[in-house]
Amino acid sequence: MKFTLSWLKEHLETDASLEEIVERLTLIGLEVEEVTNRADRLKPFKIAKVLEAEQHPNADRLRVLKVDTGEGDPVQVVCGAPNARAGLVGVLGKPGDYVPGLDVTLSVGKIRDVESFGMMCSERELELSNEHDGIIDLPADAPVGMAYAEWAGLDEPVIEIGLTPNRPDCTGVYGIARDLAAAGLGKLKERSNEQVRGTFPCPVDVTLDFGHTKPMCKAFGLRLVKGVKNGPSPKWLQDRLTAIGLRPINTLVDMTNYITFDQGRPLHVFDADKVHGNLVVRRGKPGETIDGLNGKTYEIDDTVCVISDDNGVESLGGILGGEPSGCTEETVNVLIESALWDEDDIAATGRKLGVNTDARYRFERGVDPDYMMPGLEYATRMVLELCGGEASETVQAGSVPETSKIIEFPYSEIKRLSGVDVQPAEANVTLKSLGFWVSGSGDTVKVAAPSWRPDIEGKADLVEEVVRIIGLDRVPFTPLPRTGTVGQKVLTTGQIRRNKARRALAARGFNEAVTWSFIAKDHAELFGGGSAALALANPISTEMSDMRPSLLPGLLVAAQRNADRGYGNVALFEVGQVFENDTPEGQKMVATGVRRGSAKLQGAGRHWSGVSQTVDVFDAKADAEAALAAIGAPVDKLMVSADAPATFHPGRSGCLKLGPKNVLAVFGEIHPRTLQMLDIEGPLIAFEIYLDALPEPKGKGGRSKGALNVSGLMPVQRDFAFLLGKDVSAEALLKAARGADKTLISDVTLFDIYEGQGVPEGQKSVAIDVTMQPRQKTLTDEEIDAVAKKIIANVEKATGGTLRG
Amino acid sequence: MSNLDTLETDLLAAIEGAGTEAALEDIRVAALGKKGSISEQMKTLGKMTPEERQVMGPALNGLKAKITDAIAARKDVLAEAALEARLASERVDITLPLRPTPVETGRIHPVSQVIDELTAIFADMGFSIAEGPDIETDELNFTALNFPEGHPAREMHDTFFFNPKEDGERLLLRTHTSPVQIRTMRSQEPPIRVITPGRTYRCDSDQTHTPMFHQVEGLVIDKGSHFGHLKWVLREFCKAFFEVDDIKMRFRPSFFPFTEPSMELDIQCDRSGGEVKIGQGEDWLEILGCGMVHPNVIRNCGLDPDVYQGFAWGMGIDRIAMLKYGMPDLRAFFDADVRWIQHYGFRPLDLPTLFGGLSS
Repeated sequence: MKFTLSWLKEHLETDASLEEIVERLTLIGLEVEEVTNRADRLKPFKIAKVLEAEQHPNADRLRVLKVDTGEGDPVQVVCGAPNARAGLVGVLGKPGDYVPGLDVTLSVGKIRDVESFGMMCSERELELSNEHDGIIDLPADAPVGMAYAEWAGLDEPVIEIGLTPNRPDCTGVYGIARDLAAAGLGKLKERSNEQVRGTFPCPVDVTLDFGHTKPMCKAFGLRLVKGVKNGPSPKWLQDRLTAIGLRPINTLVDMTNYITFDQGRPLHVFDADKVHGNLVVRRGKPGETIDGLNGKTYEIDDTVCVISDDNGVESLGGILGGEPSGCTEETVNVLIESALWDEDDIAATGRKLGVNTDARYRFERGVDPDYMMPGLEYATRMVLELCGGEASETVQAGSVPETSKIIEFPYSEIKRLSGVDVQPAEANVTLKSLGFWVSGSGDTVKVAAPSWRPDIEGKADLVEEVVRIIGLDRVPFTPLPRTGTVGQKVLTTGQIRRNKARRALAARGFNEAVTWSFIAKDHAELFGGGSAALALANPISTEMSDMRPSLLPGLLVAAQRNADRGYGNVALFEVGQVFENDTPEGQKMVATGVRRGSAKLQGAGRHWSGVSQTVDVFDAKADAEAALAAIGAPVDKLMVSADAPATFHPGRSGCLKLGPKNVLAVFGEIHPRTLQMLDIEGPLIAFEIYLDALPEPKGKGGRSKGALNVSGLMPVQRDFAFLLGKDVSAEALLKAARGADKTLISDVTLFDIYEGQGVPEGQKSVAIDVTMQPRQKTLTDEEIDAVAKKIIANVEKATGGTLRG
Repeated sequence: MSNLDTLETDLLAAIEGAGTEAALEDIRVAALGKKGSISEQMKTLGKMTPEERQVMGPALNGLKAKITDAIAARKDVLAEAALEARLASERVDITLPLRPTPVETGRIHPVSQVIDELTAIFADMGFSIAEGPDIETDELNFTALNFPEGHPAREMHDTFFFNPKEDGERLLLRTHTSPVQIRTMRSQEPPIRVITPGRTYRCDSDQTHTPMFHQVEGLVIDKGSHFGHLKWVLREFCKAFFEVDDIKMRFRPSFFPFTEPSMELDIQCDRSGGEVKIGQGEDWLEILGCGMVHPNVIRNCGLDPDVYQGFAWGMGIDRIAMLKYGMPDLRAFFDADVRWIQHYGFRPLDLPTLFGGLSS
């Protein structure tokens, strides 16, 4: 919403400065977004008169002007405008002046060997309009030497406020003035409610015809003014409209635009001679179209409210007038419409047809219903004053709905919600100055909102009105009382796990990424997602169309993006949500990481301390186990199985499970086909940890870690090497060895695997180091041998292998 | 006598000349071994007269002790020299650069770090962290929050929708974290103090808007919390978060469907330099929206607005991160560019705390 300072002062009697007004507007909730003054940029441009215009000696199209600037000797200016002539009064820019429309600072120039000391400007060069057919041609009596902007009324601040959708009353300058007056910044001038007596009946009737459907128009006022003389509107009116960015068209149209911005009351004018028969306000019919005043054609259906005559649709009610029945300079008989439309229907139609107009903006927010007929009277007065003519009586269809609702308002509500003490008298004055009706005395009064405030519903709204006008800075800062306990845990288990996983992974050299929650459909499908329920109906692009089933595709693609920038050895992770289905329970939290190239734990790339190899499945397993350990999973009790999803390399991937069914994590090298389908290059390894799959820790218990149980006796170590079948898992070997004597054997470490010379084809040699920790007494050689024999027997039985001799 | 003197001179010279511990050992054996030169002399003592023995005994013992000492001393010297030589040979170039350790190269994303900072601040004021799903119902995202059907305020949200289900219900991606207010009030008895950080979505994209971003919402519901408390909470938050001693604030009336009265908060800043400085200067910067929870919202959660009251506020996490840490472009938050993460990210062990200063 834009307006000029003088326009505001048309309604507000005030001595306040621009700065005070701007500050107060913001403080009462009408946030000033910008104050501009077109004169600021045009300050140096002066009105000047062409004394002589001679043909340029070296160019047919140029003339050499002698220009009177109002001071000193005339200056010589070379000019190519067709309308440059002796006696023309125009606008001169001198060397050093900045011409905004050209983005050029003038200097003394030589044009075809003739010196030029300035430029006579066109409107486009001064950014006043698009007019560039000639230089500005002012009336002969325009004062030579005066600043042009000042003379043209451009020297005026234009204030733009960002209006919140709850304040339709401030879509007009009058409403803004009323708020300022209530805030003590002046006195609101009373607006005229004078009625024009019609001298004859309105020859066009109007009916609202919605049959059995919901009415889309509440009320409709209409009147004819005959014998008007339309034409360009007066300068003051044009100035106001251009100042706020509107294009003057003709007096009748400019009048409707003016009242739209002055009172927040949109109107429409029809050329009565182009209207056939009576007007009917009704739902549109499929197949109907309208050629709008904005030059576009719209297709209509029964969700759209139209005004029609015998010829068909003439207007999109409350949104846009039609071109065929619009007013032109030739119009002599004008029908003025002031109507009241259903807010939701206006919004829906505007959205559906994609039309944004000043009328739609106001009607969808809710215009003052009680001002429908006064608005029509105001328009009539303006037409009679500016265009002459004779007004008919008014006709009205429908009825203006009753709006006032009584609110029981205990003054104590102000203190309860805002914390500030306001005396009832002050609250009363404030409400009344905003147009509220207040009745009664004592602690609770009855209050009714004025018809222009559809946003007021109840007590809280009244508190807001009082507090915003008296000033929010009067509310004292009040410490929030402390709650009962100190040091209570504020995070849930899930939140704690996410934090721990995040810091554990970062400590392993990963960089945390945040990638989009939505990904391309084919990527989602590749990772088990892409269901219809998780596809956006209105995605912003095909790359962001489906909710992600996994963080892997986003991270894998991100790793490639880094590689494409020259950073191929990256370790990225993300802790975030994935979507199994569209229920709240279907949203799961996972921690996922990828390593690319040589981004191993000990560092990436080549280094004198050793050549870094490419990442492999064991890097992924180590990351997964570290993150699981960080969130409290019993890593030593997890089962490892080789059944990771198909996006992983089938022979170099696995799952970490708690029990046979509960998968806590998957890890591995990415399947070459996955890389191909994502159009990326490896080597890439990855893991994904399902943070919610780990059961909630049991009970609270104590925090005691229990006694430290260490033996004073020396542990004994023995090495064993077994020949095993190639497919026998390390896990099977270790489990068998550990099981030989669970109390005595404290640790089994696998320290060597060998295949090749000396080992039969299809077999491997695996060496383990078994630690036995005696507790009561030192072990004898016989006891150690007995355990060793049992280890060998267990392993041979479990794996089918043999001790290597 | 001169015999012994000669022996002594020769042995001492040999000891002094021994270049290695092995050579020295040879000398020792040659002198003090079973058949060593001194040992042989000692054997002759038995055949001497008592008078001779009285002279030769001490002389030989003296020689033996002297040579033994000399060998020991020479041994120390040789051992020292050998150690010196070994150490010299073991010298390395200590200027060789090391590989950075993972804990140095790992980074926490600024959004996570700022959420931890928010948690530290608000936990101190007795708030806990509440969360809700990203995929929401129209009811929780709009209707329960007092957005009337078809109201322009709904349109301003640029909502991402899913396709309607058979029963006509149309789910959406939450446009703000405010539905968590409803979920919290419906599931928890007042008094309530929560903050709700999370991802939010709007179909909008330019330098300052991304289709996904992060918000944090605060909610207090009890029987007495009012706008004065809200002002205090937000002032304390701004001081703590931006780590300034004092900050000028300006509350402006505004409009949100789910609060009444509604306000926006501007904080003091300085835009004169290249980047925005918080807590100094003469400019204002809008930082968040807030207000008293609308009676309709309280009612929609099954509570009586004449008994319960409270306030709420919401702000962009990415935005306050940008203000505090100086990132110029929101889009880079979601690009996973390691150069950006390395530069703007945080070290894994830098956990924000109030006792240690949030970011120091």
